[in-house]
Amino acid sequence: MPYKKAEQKFSGKINVCEIGVGDAAISIGGENSLPFLGTEGFKTAVGIAISDVTDEWSDCFGTIYGDDLKNPAALAKAAVEKSGADFLLIKLESADPNGADNSVDNCVATAVAVEAAINVPLVVEGCKNAEKDAKLLEKVAQALEGKNVVLFSAVEDNYKTIGAAGGMAYGQKVSAESAVDINLAKQLNILLTQLGVKSKDIIMDVGTAAAGYGFEYVASTMDRIRLAALGQNDEALQMPIITNVSNEAWGVKEAVSTLEDAPEWGDQEARGIGMEVTTASACVVGGSNAIIVRHPESAKAIKSLVAGIIG
Amino acid sequence: MAVKGLDIFKLTPKTNCKECGFPTCMAFSMKAATGGVPIEKCPYISEESKELLSEATAPPMKSIKVGAGETEKTLGGETVLFRHEKTLVNKNLFAVELSDAMSDADVDAACAKLQKVNYERIGEMMAVEVVAVRFASDAAKFAALVKKVAECGKIPMIVTVDAEVAKAAVAGAGAGAIIMGATKDNAAAMVEVAKAADAVLGVSADSIEALHDLVEEIEKLGYKKLVLNVGETSIKEAYANAVDIRTAAIKGNDRSFGYPSVVFANKLAAGNTNLQIALASAFVLRYGSIIVMEEMDFNAALPLFGLRQNIFTDPQKPMRVEPKVYEFNKPTGKDPVLVTVDFALSYFVVAGEIERSKVPAYLAIPDAGGYSVLTAWAAGKFGSTVIANFIKEADVASLTTSRKLILPGKVAVLQGDLAELLPEWEVIVGPNEAMQLPKFLRDMQA
Ligand code: SF4
Repeated sequence: MPYKKAEQKFSGKINVCEIGVGDAAISIGGENSLPFLGTEGFKTAVGIAISDVTDEWSDCFGTIYGDDLKNPAALAKAAVEKSGADFLLIKLESADPNGADNSVDNCVATAVAVEAAINVPLVVEGCKNAEKDAKLLEKVAQALEGKNVVLFSAVEDNYKTIGAAGGMAYGQKVSAESAVDINLAKQLNILLTQLGVKSKDIIMDVGTAAAGYGFEYVASTMDRIRLAALGQNDEALQMPIITNVSNEAWGVKEAVSTLEDAPEWGDQEARGIGMEVTTASACVVGGSNAIIVRHPESAKAIKSLVAGIIG
Repeated sequence: MAVKGLDIFKLTPKTNCKECGFPTCMAFSMKAATGGVPIEKCPYISEESKELLSEATAPPMKSIKVGAGETEKTLGGETVLFRHEKTLVNKNLFAVELSDAMSDADVDAACAKLQKVNYERIGEMMAVEVVAVRFASDAAKFAALVKKVAECGKIPMIVTVDAEVAKAAVAGAGAGAIIMGATKDNAAAMVEVAKAADAVLGVSADSIEALHDLVEEIEKLGYKKLVLNVGETSIKEAYANAVDIRTAAIKGNDRSFGYPSVVFANKLAAGNTNLQIALASAFVLRYGSIIVMEEMDFNAALPLFGLRQNIFTDPQKPMRVEPKVYEFNKPTGKDPVLVTVDFALSYFVVAGEIERSKVPAYLAIPDAGGYSVLTAWAAGKFGSTVIANFIKEADVASLTTSRKLILPGKVAVLQGDLAELLPEWEVIVGPNEAMQLPKFLRDMQA
């Protein structure tokens, strides 16, 4: 018998979400099949991550960026240029009350300066302290009104503030963080829509883990979310997925150990990139519509992968 | 699988003779359809029918053994497309490629790397299992290289379309070698070589349709120990083929595609290590059975082997680490002790953060049933008695002069009880999230 393709027919469709403005705007999502298996022109966007605190970044980033490492706006420009990324994420880590506890105003100024320095869409990440992020991302949303940025991310404890400010008052996109839990992802999407945020303005940050560090949960969570969205037409899960693998990938010992710590493992930079590329690539085939990495070479590898699979 | 009770019933004589131990032919058939009783229990079903049935009840994807003895591995045998539906049973294998065109020095260097990148991770050996040897021009050198690979304890994959070359090489390859292999031009000759050597035959074609035709042709020639090449020229095609072949087997019940796959990432991204890593990762998730790389150094091995270990764990059975006291950042007998559960994910997250902190420390892991901190606590497997007993039994007090014992913040409630059970220890409540550990440990050290 000649080969007959076993089609997986789906009734659902992932929302299209546009981020950024003007010529620089990109749209993510829109697929009605599992990643890369349809004909709808699905394309994963690749983002490059920077932070306003880079003290703990591996030495290789000092070599790549030099003095720009201490200046977020210059760093943003250099990161986009060196990586060719489709968008940029700035993490406002200095806001962390358990860290530098930088003021909201200072951090907002950083976000504004970064936005002005680049010509690609912007994602603004908070410091992962729910209370501080609520204030911070609210002000960021206000200051960058009209720029259509992504507020990364609202959690259960602050979704009301971030959702209301970002998704409604100032017309930004809201990312909803759910820590590798499909039920929480769905619940948060429902809460945000009930609040009045349009579902096309929501992106899911379903979380990640570095490859080898419980990534099976990430893989299965993404599979289940996508199958529910497409197969069961579950509207509460049809938001595009955004995944920042940079913090996890560069935080495990395979990336952190210096050549001195682990001489047999060889070049530290190559190990960090390997960890980041492996993790990012696994997320890309799992269904991430926007994937964020730290190293420009990681961004290039993932861009090549996506271009290759799309053909 | 796809066989229904009624299909079997039609093959019985419907005499209800009870010899099978069932009251009626129908009862027997229903049970047999679920695999609860072998068809052979009814003496009246013809041999022919039995064969038909065993074909029909065979799993959608064949299990193919490669290698022999200690190197033997099983590929395929999967029954689902996604790991949350049911366990993925056979992990993919990794390969690197050599060739007779390489200098002896290059071959030696590659072999040395194979020996070096070889380590244990949560009770599992992490190493490249297969070595592809691609034929260039020198048949004698090629055969010698294949032999050398087998002697190194790796499964050789003989890459040539020349049946004579394959035949000479497979003689020294040991049992369970892979011949890569058959094309539309050499199928009959290659099948002969593979049959004679009882080797696994790789099948390559220009398109997925042609591949399907060729597999059917080879099956007609009587050979079913096959692996399928997803294509070496385009990433788009290779990815689509890998997914479509597996989907056809699992969902479409297409037995001709019910074979493991081979992905030549080294050809799809020649000279680009990072893209090869990206591809390998994608194919670990999406249906690559043997993934071939140009080389496998630690930058690729550490994340890819880790990913493979994750993806091929049993979802019903969380991965656990061995309960014991682990050391981080070279402690010197005076450093603090942290406690967490034996659930591998919790362990890894905590271990990673301690490493990141660069603060020397011990990590005590009692037997907590393989659950996360809160679940183990709720199930009574990570209470103050469990922790106290472990600290005493493992004689942690003799490992370090420090008497600081750091509890996960999520089980802060245990602090009082634990302090009573371990009076000589200062029980400290640690942070809620592992992420905050580096700062916590550094502050404590200061
Ligand atoms: S042995 Fe065969 S014929 Fe007899 S009752 Fe069982 S199924 Fe029917």
